[in-house]
Amino acid sequence: MIPFNFEYYKPSSIHEAVQLFQRLDTEEKQPIYYSGGTEIISLARINILYTKAIIDIKSIPECNVLHLEKDQLVLGACLPLTEIEESNFYPLLTKTIQEIADRTARNKITIGGNICGQIFYREAILPFLISNSQVVIAGIHGIKTMPIQQVFHQHLHLKKGEFLVQMITEKADLHLPFISIKKRQQWDTGYPLITVTAAKKPSSSFIENSSNQSLTNYERIQIAFSGLNPFPYRSEEIERDLNQQHLSLEQKVDLATSHLPEPILDDFEGSAQYRKFVMKNTLQHVLSTLEVQ
Amino acid sequence: METIGKSIIRKEALDKVTGTAKYTSDHLSLPMLHAKMVISPYAHANITHIDLSEAWKIPGVRAILAGEKFPLTGEEIRDRPPIAYDKVRYCGEVVAVIVADSPAIAKRASSLIKVNYEPLPVVNSPNQAYENNAPVVHENIDSYERIKNVYPEVNTNIANRTKIRKGDMELGWQRTEIVVEADFSFSPSDHAAMETRCVIAEIREDETVVITSSSQSPFMIKKLLHVYFHIDIGKIVVNVPLVGGAYGGKASVQLELIAYLASKAVHGRKVKILNSREEDLITSPVHIGLDATIKLGCSRDGVLQAAEILYLFDGGAYSDKAVDISRAGAVDCTGPYRINNIQCDALCMYTNHPYAAPFRGFGHSEVMFVFERTMDMLAKKLKMDPIELRLINAIKPGDTTPTQLAVNKSNVGNVSECILKLKKIMNWDEGSIKQVSNTKVRSKGICCTWKNSTIDPDASSGVTLTFNPDGSINIISGVVEIGTGTKSVLAQMLAEKLKMDVRQIYVQMEVNTKSTPDHWKTVSSRGSFMAGRALLNAADDIIRQLKDLTACILRCSKVDLEVGLGKVYLKDTPDIFLNIKDICYGYMYPNGNAIGGQIIGRGTYIQRRVTYLDPETGAGNPGPEWTVAAQGIELEFDLLDYTYNVIRAATVVDVGKVLNEKTALGQIIGGMSMGISFAGRETFQFDQAGRILNPQLRTYRPLRYGEHPKYEVEFVETPVIDGPYGARSAGEHGLIGMPAALANSLSAAAEVDLNQLPLIPELIWKTKEGAVDDSL
Amino acid sequence: MSLSEGMKHQFYLNVNQEERSVVISPSDILLSVLREQLGLTGSKPGCYNGDCGACTIDINGTPIKSCLMLAIEAIDKNITTIEGLKDTPIQKSFVEHFAFQCGYCTPGFIMNCNALIQKHPNASDEVIEEWLESNICRCTGYKEIEEAVKSVLHSNK
Repeated sequence: MIPFNFEYYKPSSIHEAVQLFQRLDTEEKQPIYYSGGTEIISLARINILYTKAIIDIKSIPECNVLHLEKDQLVLGACLPLTEIEESNFYPLLTKTIQEIADRTARNKITIGGNICGQIFYREAILPFLISNSQVVIAGIHGIKTMPIQQVFHQHLHLKKGEFLVQMITEKADLHLPFISIKKRQQWDTGYPLITVTAAKKPSSSFIENSSNQSLTNYERIQIAFSGLNPFPYRSEEIERDLNQQHLSLEQKVDLATSHLPEPILDDFEGSAQYRKFVMKNTLQHVLSTLEVQ
Repeated sequence: METIGKSIIRKEALDKVTGTAKYTSDHLSLPMLHAKMVISPYAHANITHIDLSEAWKIPGVRAILAGEKFPLTGEEIRDRPPIAYDKVRYCGEVVAVIVADSPAIAKRASSLIKVNYEPLPVVNSPNQAYENNAPVVHENIDSYERIKNVYPEVNTNIANRTKIRKGDMELGWQRTEIVVEADFSFSPSDHAAMETRCVIAEIREDETVVITSSSQSPFMIKKLLHVYFHIDIGKIVVNVPLVGGAYGGKASVQLELIAYLASKAVHGRKVKILNSREEDLITSPVHIGLDATIKLGCSRDGVLQAAEILYLFDGGAYSDKAVDISRAGAVDCTGPYRINNIQCDALCMYTNHPYAAPFRGFGHSEVMFVFERTMDMLAKKLKMDPIELRLINAIKPGDTTPTQLAVNKSNVGNVSECILKLKKIMNWDEGSIKQVSNTKVRSKGICCTWKNSTIDPDASSGVTLTFNPDGSINIISGVVEIGTGTKSVLAQMLAEKLKMDVRQIYVQMEVNTKSTPDHWKTVSSRGSFMAGRALLNAADDIIRQLKDLTACILRCSKVDLEVGLGKVYLKDTPDIFLNIKDICYGYMYPNGNAIGGQIIGRGTYIQRRVTYLDPETGAGNPGPEWTVAAQGIELEFDLLDYTYNVIRAATVVDVGKVLNEKTALGQIIGGMSMGISFAGRETFQFDQAGRILNPQLRTYRPLRYGEHPKYEVEFVETPVIDGPYGARSAGEHGLIGMPAALANSLSAAAEVDLNQLPLIPELIWKTKEGAVDDSL
Repeated sequence: MSLSEGMKHQFYLNVNQEERSVVISPSDILLSVLREQLGLTGSKPGCYNGDCGACTIDINGTPIKSCLMLAIEAIDKNITTIEGLKDTPIQKSFVEHFAFQCGYCTPGFIMNCNALIQKHPNASDEVIEEWLESNICRCTGYKEIEEAVKSVLHSNK
């Protein structure tokens, strides 16, 4: 039950939505965009979120796109997680979002809502962080498409009045060898201690030795985390550690664990020390699994 | 037996699968007002100021209750203001109540009430409460009104101390050759019934107070409203429709008091109050926590010689039912064994935690966790098979209990048979631990349990039976249908007794204290026993009336008559009979003369020869009978990350007599599930300041589908002679041993003593790896 | 569509194949409207937070937690509540298998099971688990619920 009233708008175009936002903002209605709405409803109930106007973007056609084009996958922000799971164009994404909340809730939770949520796990972003993905953002000045690395730092950096329209992922990245693990204490649903998604991507680099230069092909591990800190992220430093070809698996993991960004979350899901322990085990599992794939 | 034992489908089954079953919050009415509580974010603080001005500005607010001194409440010690006054003593305590036209208005206004607090030092565990220099939660416990048999200790946090002094401790320790000592602890958790508590209250023009509540204790609500607020007891009517899960949590009288005060504040208008999930978890009373210290000794042959135990129950901020829970913990302070020398102090401690309600098992799963874990530690030290150790010591007819009562076959059942059957189910002879891969072991753990029911010595139950003109019968009993199916089992008993088709027996599901005979409380698994005995008496009553009338009409002696199959007939000439339907509303002769009149059956039952405990030694007869069980858990444990899967859970329980097989299985399995959940994952997480960090079902996590193990249940049937058809209580007993069995199994797998709950991997990791490891 | 704050608006909801008139504010939760305006109290409040599943209903064939949906989002959708199910195999199966005790979580469980059976008549154990872990039952140990749903699914095979 929401203890306050708000105005409700359901625009049918991007243009209408951003215009509405601007007007409502001028009227000091603290408007917010509404997609699945599950988080908005639950936070409003306990007075953590307040607004005088919501703009439901579920009728905007671009936000409901789900198709695999010639070389990219386009996912509208308003797609419920289960719809994306069922289409299964991007298995790593399917595996990752399947662990969010529970299935009935995922019939309502949308991918855009999860990525833009206040609840800090935002695990749906992880597969995009480790692939060549772009973000389509709408604002009063029109629509822009940007590489995810440029706009996602801990959270999606949206300017006032902007909203997420689509996620676009390179087709070549959809079927890389991957692993996605969500670790919880002792239960099968709900928030993680840590969530790790990783993929192995073909890469090449020049190796120099005394006599000549050679182009070496190898597979680079790309990895992103949620639950370790109060935001999801991909760490270049940890990736460098894990991709040190000359190190043993244990050495890689030890090195990576020494580079975890502090402070580690210490909350009712688990202590910081325990999270580190789980992280170390999980990284070992990730590496050994990807090695055999 | 025709009907007893069969899996007859419960009477309200169709209502429950079609959405027509009505629970308290399903009662809607237009003129009804709605109340919303403001609760304390602090565990211990003085209330320095409450500002209501903004809340009053919201249109539709009809009353605000705050800062007012209402009569103190509490079942044994009257220490609890129904709405906090001057001070809050736990996180979640009610500070103010708003009554408004709609739930949304009440909620909006509640968020505008500003309360200023001055935090006080917090008592965050029973151990801390027990320390000499601990802050005192109640300064003036001596000034509180209390019942006769409760002994609060002034200037301490001890609300009550129950002493068990049996045998000669000195002798016991002399004979002891192997001894183990251990400490245990776990924090409060919750019942988390799916229906949050809900109450509707109104005060009519003639001052009749009408309460509708999701409660296990309609008759206790009536009594306590009278005691606390001096309302004429005849002017209190309590209705209880179906209840959506209770597990003891709805035996406490709490929200009803607030609803009554709220209605009074709006001149008796009907007011509904529905707990939010957060309030239901932390504001209403919770499942008790415990700190314990135990020393247990045996001779080299495994015979238990002495037990010295200190139980510090986490009663929370107010004593209410916690005193009684701690007393029950003292009564069955050991496992079901013959132990000649016992010293136990069971203390009910005040802390700054939410206060405790009864919880399925009433102190027993808590105490059995401590004792049965210690038994495994002893077995290990003794190098004896834990099953063997238990078999050697299992209590038998002629032995005495901790309260020095000599037991017999009828009142204690057969522990040894339970153990032997469990041994077989668990394939114990194949070994209790097995490495199944490089990183995984399979491990088994077992325990024994017992439980008597320590309800009031004079607790009673009554049943009325009325006929319908077709000879079918209505059962009217004060048992609340909380999910246990007890009322349907009563119908089965009556069908058996009267040799009737159970479909010809109707059950009034709802309780109305004005028209329903009193049933003390629907708790302690006493429903089938007490109401069953009352029902059988009521059946005898109608049989007597039917025979009297028939004897007159058929001109025969009533001893020659038999009742059954809808008839009253001559035993030796069954074709001479009268149909019950033709006489249950009186018999009319062909000329119009009538005799008899409608037949109404009445039956009652009151507990027999139960005593209070001796305050110095605990000696006494604590309750009617024990139900004993042996339980086990098999799990697969990951040696690397300390996670585990419970693969199967087994229970062998001596229920005396199975009355309805699937209902009985449902009770046992449901209890096991709840016990595994409590032991493996459920706890409130308190921060340093006593605040609760996980008051929602997304952070407080009961077992879900798919996380359940395979359940195996077998029954032993040693009849209890005075039970209905020999049946013992069974509603709680699936739960009681699960924490101990799980802990024993995990301790064996992890090769470390796990003496805390819940048994999450982090606890195992912490226990295993000891001190903080910074090298990670 | 737009609805202004604090104003009540009249709409029609298609509930259990009937057009039902409701008067709602934009912030009204579907669960509350179903219960309080339409008297459809079979859908139960257990947390108002999407955690317990007791309020699960069917929207266009998909189970949805009605406490996580605004009533206005349900306009033009086919809403089925427990009151809309009559003599379905899953209801019968719940009765026969003793798959409930207090009955409070039952409507939500049945709505979820019913949608599962429609969508995945041959659901594997994994799929059943994925769907049913959305609901909490505090009375049973889930064994009887498992038996009830599997008996309907297997009779489809």
